[in-house]
Amino acid sequence: MLGHLARRLAAMPLVLLGITAISFAIVHLAPGDPAAVAVQMNPRVTPEAVEKLRAYYGLDQPLWKQYLLWLDRLAHLDFGESFAPDHRPVRDKIAERLPVTVGINLLAMLIILALGVPIGVAAAARPHGWLDRATTVLVFLGFAMPSFWLALLLMQWLGVRAHLLPISGLHALGAASMPPTERLLDLARHLVMPVIVAAVGGIAGISRFMRSGMLEALAADHTRTMRALGTPEWRVRYVYALKNALLPIITILGLSVPGLIGGSVIVEQVFSIPGMGLLFYQAVMMRDYPLVMGITVIGAVLTLLGNLLADLAYAWADPRVRRGLVR
Amino acid sequence: MRAWRAHPLAAAGAAVVAVVALAAVFAPWLAPHDPNAIDARAVLLPPSAAHPLGTDALGRDVLSRLLYGARISLLVGFVATGVSVAIGAPLGLLAGYLGGRVDAAVMRLADMMLSFPTFFLILAVIAFLEPSIWNVMLVIGLTSWMGVARLVRAEILSLKAREFVLAAEALGVPPLRIMGLHLLPNATGPLLVSTVLGVAGAVLIESGLSFLGLGVQPPTPSWGNMLAEGKDDIAFAWWLTTFPGLAILITVLGLNLLGEGLRDWLDPKARR
Repeated sequence: MLGHLARRLAAMPLVLLGITAISFAIVHLAPGDPAAVAVQMNPRVTPEAVEKLRAYYGLDQPLWKQYLLWLDRLAHLDFGESFAPDHRPVRDKIAERLPVTVGINLLAMLIILALGVPIGVAAAARPHGWLDRATTVLVFLGFAMPSFWLALLLMQWLGVRAHLLPISGLHALGAASMPPTERLLDLARHLVMPVIVAAVGGIAGISRFMRSGMLEALAADHTRTMRALGTPEWRVRYVYALKNALLPIITILGLSVPGLIGGSVIVEQVFSIPGMGLLFYQAVMMRDYPLVMGITVIGAVLTLLGNLLADLAYAWADPRVRRGLVR
Repeated sequence: MRAWRAHPLAAAGAAVVAVVALAAVFAPWLAPHDPNAIDARAVLLPPSAAHPLGTDALGRDVLSRLLYGARISLLVGFVATGVSVAIGAPLGLLAGYLGGRVDAAVMRLADMMLSFPTFFLILAVIAFLEPSIWNVMLVIGLTSWMGVARLVRAEILSLKAREFVLAAEALGVPPLRIMGLHLLPNATGPLLVSTVLGVAGAVLIESGLSFLGLGVQPPTPSWGNMLAEGKDDIAFAWWLTTFPGLAILITVLGLNLLGEGLRDWLDPKARR
């Protein structure tokens, strides 16, 4: 297990390096000097800010040195200063928005697991039965559903028409003066629709993987042996097969992190939720380059962390890896 | 014909895709109105005989805009996927056939791109370029070649151990010729499947970008920017947010069904 993890950990700095290189390439993608582009694309940029940008990227230096300089700044969590009138450090702006986005995505992941796994298991109980067919239809719909359209539909029906749920933000107007339990309830009501929208694609994907994983495990030799030994069918299915089918789900969940983080732009924009996704959207619209770059790198780091967590969980959950029998 | 009957879902998907494609091609003849004609006397009208899907806040006919939007969605979907196949297929071919360091380098690059929140990457690039339909196609293509590369590589790995390839090698056929003439043509099936599914993904991404105002720019109608415009009138004009979304859903659903159906058809063993 240690060897497996060590290899994974050793690969991380390399991936990180690659990710920063791609991000760096984007800055230099536009023709001309990024500072000049900034002025051209965003008339609000002051000459002072352009000078700061030149200094931040070391634009008078050769390219490779610029990259190393930028890496050094990133290593010190220095992302430069926002172009916005408040001129606040990009780091602070991201830090105050990050918990919102991470929180919503963690909730979405919980929902994905809590719904996707049982749906997949139930569908696998009777392949091609009515439940399996019904869930297959739902899965295809879930894959094809544009998340922003689902968001609009929910807003329209649950929010505007039925007045069941609030349609924007995280808190109601007088939330600050509410008693704690009422405030929590208010927050929960604001989170229902965004979390559903963030989770739909994942539920479809996980239930599909769970279904095929269960069918595979049930068709395996060890399952036949178990049945031959007289193990009760419920134990075969819901203990042994389930365990085997759950294992790959950990990896899939890790792989779904980039989608969730990328999707937070749309979810937060539609529901006006003050998280990192909305901040990124605004940064892109205002062409606030330091902020765009900062969030791109942080988003990638978050994804890497997600993958690492998935690896750790997998190593812990799979006895073959745990005992160093494979890889 | 028998093949279609054996795969009803694929047939349904193909039918949907055909209808959308025909709507896109014949939009100028099918559309009852000019998609960009503003009519101050016909603002926010609900569906009626004159305007089957209603009108928007500027009095433009929703059905006409939807038909012209199909052109944009399919164009972006196919061109973007073309770009991703043009990048992914050669990379997968080289990685699979040459193996060793080339393989390792290509696969690590793919892993890296897969661990990037691609939507962030796309938005960041758009922020540095102008949002335009061409940039959107290019960026979607550049960030979605990884699946194609992996698939082609896997296919090549199993093909290159087959007798006809070994025979070609023994006869001294040069590697480029083997790759282009013997390997790639035999991988067209899976490539076709991933292309169809890729178009579905690209249509979704384009509509998302246009919804955010970073894709196809108004007044050019696209399903994504129609939804964005309809969002403001969500409380009293349900038709503005219902039909463009339905169009995206049906198109993507059709492409996915067609792709999955083709996969079943080409590889009946994998069916479960």
